[in-house]
Amino acid sequence: MDNEKKRDFEELQQPLWRVRLRLFRKSFRENWSIFKGSVLGPIGLGIVIFFAIFAIFYPFYVNIMGSVSGRPSMYEPVTGFAFDIAGTHPHSPTLHHPLGTDPLGRDILTQLMFSASNEFILGLVAAVGGIFIATTLGAISAYYGGLVDTALMRVADIFMVFPFVATIAALSQVVYEMTLFRLALIIAVLSGFGGNVIMLKSGALQVKVKPYIEAAKVAGGSNLYIIFSHIIPNVLPLSFLYMMFAVTGAIFTEATLAFLGLLDVRMSWGIMIQTANDAGYLVGSRLGTFWYLWIPAGLAITFLCAGFYFIGRGLNEVVNPKLRER
Amino acid sequence: MAKYIAKRLVQILLVVFLYASIVYFIFYLGPADPTARFIGNPDIPPEARQKLAEQFGLNKPPHLQWLNYMRNMFIEFDLGRSLSSYPRPVWDFIITRWPRTIVLFVSAILISYYLGFSLGKFIAWRRGQLSDYLATITGVSLWTVFTPWWALLLIWFFSFRLGIFPINQFLTPELWSGTGVDSQSIFIYMILSGLLASFFLFLAYYLTKKFVVDRVLARIIKYSAAGVTLIGLIVGWLISGFGTFVGDILWHMGVPIITLATIQFGGSMLLMRDSMLETIKEDYITTARAKGISDKQVRDKHAARTALLPLVTSFILAIPTALDGAMVIEIVFSWPGIGLTFLRAINTGDYPLAVGSYTFFGLIAITAHLVADIIYSFLDPRISYEEGAMKSG
Repeated sequence: MDNEKKRDFEELQQPLWRVRLRLFRKSFRENWSIFKGSVLGPIGLGIVIFFAIFAIFYPFYVNIMGSVSGRPSMYEPVTGFAFDIAGTHPHSPTLHHPLGTDPLGRDILTQLMFSASNEFILGLVAAVGGIFIATTLGAISAYYGGLVDTALMRVADIFMVFPFVATIAALSQVVYEMTLFRLALIIAVLSGFGGNVIMLKSGALQVKVKPYIEAAKVAGGSNLYIIFSHIIPNVLPLSFLYMMFAVTGAIFTEATLAFLGLLDVRMSWGIMIQTANDAGYLVGSRLGTFWYLWIPAGLAITFLCAGFYFIGRGLNEVVNPKLRER
Repeated sequence: MAKYIAKRLVQILLVVFLYASIVYFIFYLGPADPTARFIGNPDIPPEARQKLAEQFGLNKPPHLQWLNYMRNMFIEFDLGRSLSSYPRPVWDFIITRWPRTIVLFVSAILISYYLGFSLGKFIAWRRGQLSDYLATITGVSLWTVFTPWWALLLIWFFSFRLGIFPINQFLTPELWSGTGVDSQSIFIYMILSGLLASFFLFLAYYLTKKFVVDRVLARIIKYSAAGVTLIGLIVGWLISGFGTFVGDILWHMGVPIITLATIQFGGSMLLMRDSMLETIKEDYITTARAKGISDKQVRDKHAARTALLPLVTSFILAIPTALDGAMVIEIVFSWPGIGLTFLRAINTGDYPLAVGSYTFFGLIAITAHLVADIIYSFLDPRISYEEGAMKSG
C-alpha cells in the first residue's frame, strides 16, 4: 500500500508530456498488436511501403540505367525514346528495358516508377482533404443537431447520388485543365460532402453524449472550442480509418478517368493503359503478345488500392471493438 | 406508411429538381455554345449562326434558359433533342440505351450477391481459419481490382485463350445484316420473356412455401419448376424462329456479366462476412446453440437472415454506382448502353443528351434510395416510419 502511494506520488511529479508519452506508447502497443492480429493490416502496410520505396527509387533507377546504357535521356517517362532498340515499338522486355517499351518508345518501368509518387500525392491530398471536410461537417452536424443537421444530411443525400466518375467526367469538360491537383481537390469535395459525413456524424454522436463534453460545457467552453478540441480529436481514429478507404477510392477514380482519356495529366498508371488502348494494342490476341503494356500498370493500380484497403480493414478491427474476435 | 411514402415523394421531387439544376449548370457553364463549332466555317456565315442561336434560344440570358429547360423537363417531360445526331430526341436514346445497361447490371448484381451471400456466411462461421483469410484476400483483391484491367484480362482469357466467347460488341453483325430483324425489339422481347419467367418462378416458389409442408417434396417441386421454366423459355424462342438472335445477344453478354459479377462479388462477400460476424455475437445465437440446434441450422436460419439486411441496402445503393461502372465496362466491351452514350455525349459536346441521360440516371438512383428505405422497414420490424410508433414501443 505504501509502495503504491509512493509510486503514485512519483507519477504526479513527472512532467505532463512524459505521462502523455507513456500513455501514448502503451495504447500504441496495444493497438499495434490488434492491428498485427488482423493479418490483412500488416500485408497492406507492406504493400504500401513497397510502393513508397518503389517511388523513391525512381531517380536512382534513371541514374543507374542511364550511366549503364550511356543515354540517360532514354529514361524520361514522358519525352524519352529508347534509341537502343532496333525493332519497332512497343518492344518486349530487353536487358536495358526490363519491362519493355510503350507504343511511343518510352521505357515502361520508368513510367511505372515515375507515376507511383504522383499516385501517392493524389491519394493523400484527396483523402486528407475529403476526410477533413467530412469530419468537420460530421462533428458540427452531430453537435448542433436540429436544422443544421437536417440541412447537412440533405446535402449529403444529394452528393451521395452523384455518380463519382461520371460527375468528374462532366466537370473535366468545364474545368480548364484537369491536372492531378485539381482532380484531387474535386475528389476531396465530392467525397467530403457525401457518404463520409453520415459515417463520421454517427461517430461524433457517440462522442457527444460522453460526460466530458458536459463537463467542458459546464466549464464554459464555447461551442467551437468543444467541437474542435474535444469532439474532433475523439473522432479522429474513425476519420483515419475512412481516410484509408478514401485513398483507395481516389487512386481508383484517377485511374479510371485517365483510362477514359478525360485527364490532362502527363503520365500516370491509367494513362499508360489508355495509351496502349488508343494505339490499338489491347484487342483480342494482341492482349497476350503485348502483355507488358497493360499487365504491370494494372497490377500496380490494383495492388496500391488493395494495400490501402487492407490497412483500412486492419484499422477497422482497432477502431471498432465490435468486430474483434470473441 | 402511406403518409411516409407521400412525404418522401415530395422530398424526392425537390431533390431531383435541385439535382437536375446542378447538373444543368455543370454542363452549361462550360463551353456550352453549340454554335461555336461553326466559327470559321465558310458555309455558315455569322448571320446564319446568329439565327441558329436565336432558334435554339441560346441568345437568352442563362437563368431564362435554365427555367425553360426545367419547365420542359418537369411539365412536358421533354428532354430536348440530341445535338450530335440532331433531330433525334434525347428520350429516344434513353429508352433504347438504358435497358441494355440495366439488363447487364441487374443480372451481374443478382449473381454476385447470391454468391457473396452464400460464401460470406460460410467464411464468417470459420473466422480465423485459412479459408477465411484466403476468401477475404480474394474478396478484397476483386473489390479493388482496376476494372478495365480486369475486363481486359477476362477478355483475353475467355475470348482469346479459351475462345468460347466473342471479343466484344452487342451482337454479331454478319448474323443480323440482311435479315431485317430489329435488335432493339428482340432485346425488349427478351427482357419481357425473362420477366415473365421470373414471375412464374416466384409464383411457384411462393405457392410451394405456403402449401407444401414436406421438405423433400417442396424441393422437388422447386427444382422441377425451375427446369420447366428454363425449357419453356428455350422452346418458346426456338419456335418463334428468333432463337439464334437471342442466343447471339446472350453470348455477347457472357464476358461483361462475368467481369461485373466477379467485381461485385468481392464487395458483397466481404459485407456479408462482416455483417455475419456482428450478428453471431448476439444473444439469440447463443440461445439457439444452447438449445442444441445444429450449427448449419443456426447459421442459415438464425444468423444469416438477420445478417442479410445490410446486403439488401448495399444492393440498392449499388445502383447509383452503375453509371460509373457502365462507362468503363461499356467502353471496354463496346457495349452500346447508357455509359457509352453519356461518354460520347460529353466528348462531342452534346449537352442535351448528357444532361438528359444524367438526370434520368439520378432519378433512378434517388428512387432506389426510397425503395431501400421501404424494403428495410419490411425486413426489419424494429424500424418503423409511423408517427409516434417509437413512443408506443
